[in-house]
Amino acid sequence: MSSNILLDVSKVTLTFGGVKALTDVSFSVNKGEVFSIIGPNGAGKTSMLNCISGRYQPNSGSVRFKDQEITRLKPDKRSVLGLGRTFQNLALFGHMSVLDNIMVGRHHLLKNNFATGPLYWFSGTQNEEIKHRAAVEEIIDFLEISHIRKKQAGTLSYGLRKRVELARAIALKPDLILLDEPMAGMNQEEKEDMARFILDLNEEWGMTVVMIEHDMGVVMGISNRVMVLDFGCKIAEGLPEEIMANDHVRKAYLGEEDEMLEQLEASL
Amino acid sequence: MITLSMRPCGDFRTSYKADNQIFETKTIRWLTMASIGLLCFAPMVLDAYFLTLFIQISYLGIAALGLNILVGFTGQISLGHGAFFGFGAFASAWLNNSFGIPVWLAIPLAGWLTMVVGMLFGSPAARIKGLYLAIATLAAQFIIEDFFARAEWFSGGAYGAAAEPFTLFGFAFDSDESFFYVALFALVFMTLWATNLMRSRDGRAFVAVRDHYLSAEIMGISLNWYRLLSFGVSSFFAGIGGALYGHYLGFVSAEGFTLMMSVQFLAMIIIGGLGSVKGAILGTIFIVLLPEVLESTVALMAETGLVSHGSLTEGMAYLKEMAIGLVIILFLIFEPQGLAHRWKQIKAYWKFYPFAY
Repeated sequence: MSSNILLDVSKVTLTFGGVKALTDVSFSVNKGEVFSIIGPNGAGKTSMLNCISGRYQPNSGSVRFKDQEITRLKPDKRSVLGLGRTFQNLALFGHMSVLDNIMVGRHHLLKNNFATGPLYWFSGTQNEEIKHRAAVEEIIDFLEISHIRKKQAGTLSYGLRKRVELARAIALKPDLILLDEPMAGMNQEEKEDMARFILDLNEEWGMTVVMIEHDMGVVMGISNRVMVLDFGCKIAEGLPEEIMANDHVRKAYLGEEDEMLEQLEASL
Repeated sequence: MITLSMRPCGDFRTSYKADNQIFETKTIRWLTMASIGLLCFAPMVLDAYFLTLFIQISYLGIAALGLNILVGFTGQISLGHGAFFGFGAFASAWLNNSFGIPVWLAIPLAGWLTMVVGMLFGSPAARIKGLYLAIATLAAQFIIEDFFARAEWFSGGAYGAAAEPFTLFGFAFDSDESFFYVALFALVFMTLWATNLMRSRDGRAFVAVRDHYLSAEIMGISLNWYRLLSFGVSSFFAGIGGALYGHYLGFVSAEGFTLMMSVQFLAMIIIGGLGSVKGAILGTIFIVLLPEVLESTVALMAETGLVSHGSLTEGMAYLKEMAIGLVIILFLIFEPQGLAHRWKQIKAYWKFYPFAY
């Protein structure tokens, strides 16, 4: 069983002063899965993702990736291990071209540095850049953003920026990609495109996907498994059909009275 | 910022190699090369005054390029650039005088040495930002200045250090005419160095750190290392510029490398355009030529007799300082993105005329 588990989060607790953002959350993601995290606003979904990607360090508990302890690893070391992510609020490098943005994603795969880079033609930098440019173009083709590759990232529309961010995360060549609300603020057409990209990523590019999303239609449609957070606690995990049928989940979303949820809230 | 490509219709690139070129079009490349070629004949035509100005532009420009990598591209701040410039000048003279290392080798070595010193003093950058970093680098400025005054083994203390002229294959480049070529070569070389750096891995990492450090970290960029490295690279440029300055004047004294010089470098890159290689050079040209142009204008006015000679020439020193201050303020208000941006807009205007976009 352990060989199939890519990401294993166990008993993660994260507090900010007196606020408990996450309490004893455990879950694991298998290789090749699309795993969704849902929950009402402020439930701790993004905090969870931040613990996995390294922006926050949990107060207790552990995060294991590829059978390796990464709980205290710096974020920039995690990309080398094969962890990529996108952000909920756009986090592109606004003054760079789209192409350069995606090329930044190749950072840990490129070898040239401050001493060899300036000797562009003589140190093999040119060939290396061209080689990686080809890889980047493949991603650009896949996400259908070839018409904007020379545009400045900060000038693009919201939907396109989200797509460029996805492209940049793919360029890292990750085994596990964390998507924080990839479809927030998109119209129906863009959402459909994005859902297709995520499925293709999963099936054709062989990436395991962990995603936070609010659009239940999409979540239930493309996820293999779903986890529900509320008040920083895990209240359910299972197949999409099971989650849809789950009473606690429904009440958490609708804000109805529920004994378990009340106990949860009281315990904080 | 104008992002539209200035490439003319029908100029298609069919390989990534062609698409990655430094110059946007063939015309620009030929024009640039032709003007560098023309500059090679300058010593035969121009007199020493203009050559001196060009040499000044090149060693200051190289240092300004470095500061632009730090401030413009990485988004850090430094008030100690003048001290690093001075360190390069002393280091090169010291390497040459004490160890007999030939000048052509001492200059790059001085650059690397300054890089090490820069990274040492830049190490607070890994922790602090903005104003706090500015104060930390201010400390570097004063510490290094004090070091120049006291470390007699290194800088000759209050007496200063003699710097041998640049020699290659037994030929000494000790006149304005001959040193012009050294300066021209260094300027072209370092500009290429900076351009290539900015289109390869570490250059992109610098900009990424500036634009969005959180996502840069997720992309595998170590923030501490790149903030530090940026100080190193900028000091490297300052060191090379300083070394050239030392070997040009033949003598290095500690007085020149003050806070005023650091601020002047900042003025150059703000006027030229933050985050632009071209901008650093344009800004240097501007700052170097501004007082000269002022002076000749005043001389001209005095000759025509429109104003009384005495008062203006006496006030000249103040006028220069005030003019630089005024220009910086005007630039901040009317063209905060600098001369490089203005240049782009002029080009866009020509290209799209009579349309606005």
